[in-house]
Amino acid sequence: MATKPSLAVFKFASCDGCQLSLLDAEDELLAVAGAVDIAYFLEARTQQVGGPYDIGLVEGSITTPHDAERIQEIRKQCRFLVSIGACATAGGIQSLKNWADVNDFIHRVYAHPEYIKTLSTSTPIADHVKVDIELRGCPINKYQLVELITALVHGRKPRFPSYAVCVECKRRQVVCVAVAQGIACLGPVTQAGCGVICPAFNRDCYGCFGPKENSNPNSLVQHDAANGIPRDHLVRLLRNFNAGASEFRLASDHMERSVSQS
Amino acid sequence: MPGVPAHIGAFHTIGVDQLQLLLNALQSRGYRTIAPRIMDGAIVYSEIAKIEQLPVGVIDRQDGGTYRLEKVPTSGYFDYVVGPQSLKGYLFPPRETLLKSVRKNGDWQFTVPPVEAPPLAVLGVRSCDLHALAIQDKVFLGGPYVDPGYQARRQNLFLVAVNCRRAAATCFCHSMNTGPAARQGFDLALTELSPDFLIEVGSPSGGELVAELQLAPATPRQVEEGRVISDLLVAELQGRAAKASNEVSAPAESPGASGTTPPIRERFLDTTNIHGLLLGNLEHPRWQETAERCLACSNCTMVCPTCFCAAVEDVSDLSGDNVRRERAWDSCFTAEHSTMNTGTVRKTTASRYRQWLTHKLATWHEQFGTSGCVGCGRCITWCPVGIDLTEEVVAIRDHDGAKARNEV
Repeated sequence: MATKPSLAVFKFASCDGCQLSLLDAEDELLAVAGAVDIAYFLEARTQQVGGPYDIGLVEGSITTPHDAERIQEIRKQCRFLVSIGACATAGGIQSLKNWADVNDFIHRVYAHPEYIKTLSTSTPIADHVKVDIELRGCPINKYQLVELITALVHGRKPRFPSYAVCVECKRRQVVCVAVAQGIACLGPVTQAGCGVICPAFNRDCYGCFGPKENSNPNSLVQHDAANGIPRDHLVRLLRNFNAGASEFRLASDHMERSVSQS
Repeated sequence: MPGVPAHIGAFHTIGVDQLQLLLNALQSRGYRTIAPRIMDGAIVYSEIAKIEQLPVGVIDRQDGGTYRLEKVPTSGYFDYVVGPQSLKGYLFPPRETLLKSVRKNGDWQFTVPPVEAPPLAVLGVRSCDLHALAIQDKVFLGGPYVDPGYQARRQNLFLVAVNCRRAAATCFCHSMNTGPAARQGFDLALTELSPDFLIEVGSPSGGELVAELQLAPATPRQVEEGRVISDLLVAELQGRAAKASNEVSAPAESPGASGTTPPIRERFLDTTNIHGLLLGNLEHPRWQETAERCLACSNCTMVCPTCFCAAVEDVSDLSGDNVRRERAWDSCFTAEHSTMNTGTVRKTTASRYRQWLTHKLATWHEQFGTSGCVGCGRCITWCPVGIDLTEEVVAIRDHDGAKARNEV
């Protein structure tokens, strides 16, 4: 991109945490603002500039018929469409509704359920439109966000690992919580990029970056179950921010069937 | 004043209190001293100032995918074996900047960062890891392309080995001819007698330290006592194969039937014709079976003291004017490792596991004239699902397709 590329930030069903990661990139924020023209960002600007845009960052999942239409228009307006965060890349924690009866929820929560127009599922952006790049995490990692913008500004591919969290743990010489303490940890099946925040603080990875390339959660949780970790705990571990990611979903369904059979 | 340096191969004795003097002497010579310490439930290498910081009366229980420390009512200083770390990270750092480039007025300026290699003394190195170091030396120092960082750090390394008195269930150094007794590659080697240690001189600088500390020569009886400790362990390790075959022939005591937990498999590896065995069975169904368990998470390669693969990446800042060329530990279990302009070569976990095992145990011989495995057992222990390379070799040997083809 020869001229300063324009950047737009869009929100769907989400908590805003990922788009705020851009404002949290304190040390890099001025450089980012200098490298791109932030044209549309409701959290950061009072005036919004209309499309088209060079880079569109999309946060959140698709949960309403209106949003399912809105994302189509956003796709047309953006040259590079990037889904950011677990909601946008996997459906988020709200994808737990994919396992439940959404009408039952609506009738329990709202005094006037007839005003609510929602889909029965929470789905990632890529289920609706072509996504050029995914930025994983709940929330996303600010270094990955800056790397993404750097790569797009310079016209190269961003350096995002597709390997396991374990690679970063071992590079940092963090002692494995799974092997040394018997804690069920999703690190071996989860994509790196978070900076191993959880294992470095002596707790399990709960998979907020979603499945790694060639992820094999089924083998991991079967091994954990054989070592005495309760199966319902393992189902809940997989049904977290990336519950809707297919590898985690299939492994959790498989484990759930074995709970009901046992 | 220090006397005449003790000669290589000489045995002396050193008391626990004198171990502190050894640490002091190393530090006064400018060495940073590291030794086994307990951190987050495991034995790791860490800075040591006082000998009391060594874990006393602690052993490790290791098996596939599990590692636990246990207090025992003995006063042994080194009765645990190897933890997740080896010497690898000290010589071949997990991350290292190889080159820096800065663009000024359209011109690129390149600088190679100075090598950081402060003198380092490591206390408590086991024989398997000394052999791993010798293999790493071939990788980084052999051939026409010498790694300058590794070379500088290697030259400034002082090694105090410890001869193992016990083995974990995951240890199989005896199968790989890499232990349990340390024979070479150390400056000093300790054998824990009670209450003192036998100390063997392995290098001129080790001999100088022994003389400086005025350590008493060991008596023939003490030398014999040290030898017996290693011999007993060798006998125990060598007995594992026979013990395992007895267990197979006595199925009445099989664990599943009695409802008790299965006995821990005590590892050994039959290396007979292992090169031909593995390369003759590249289409063995076992690779796919193992891939169904394997997480391709790279832990085995990260903890392996000889695995040396690295990824080199150029990392730029937002302006594009400052670029660092970084090298970081990589693994043949990642997709990135075999990705080229045409895509990823080894797409499946089966192909990656096969690449790792055949390289480690077979084709390493062509490349470096040695096996890539030293029998430390780390890849077994730190595999989150406990995949055991010694079992994999047994499974392939039990249904040897190459042999079957030859017999037809």
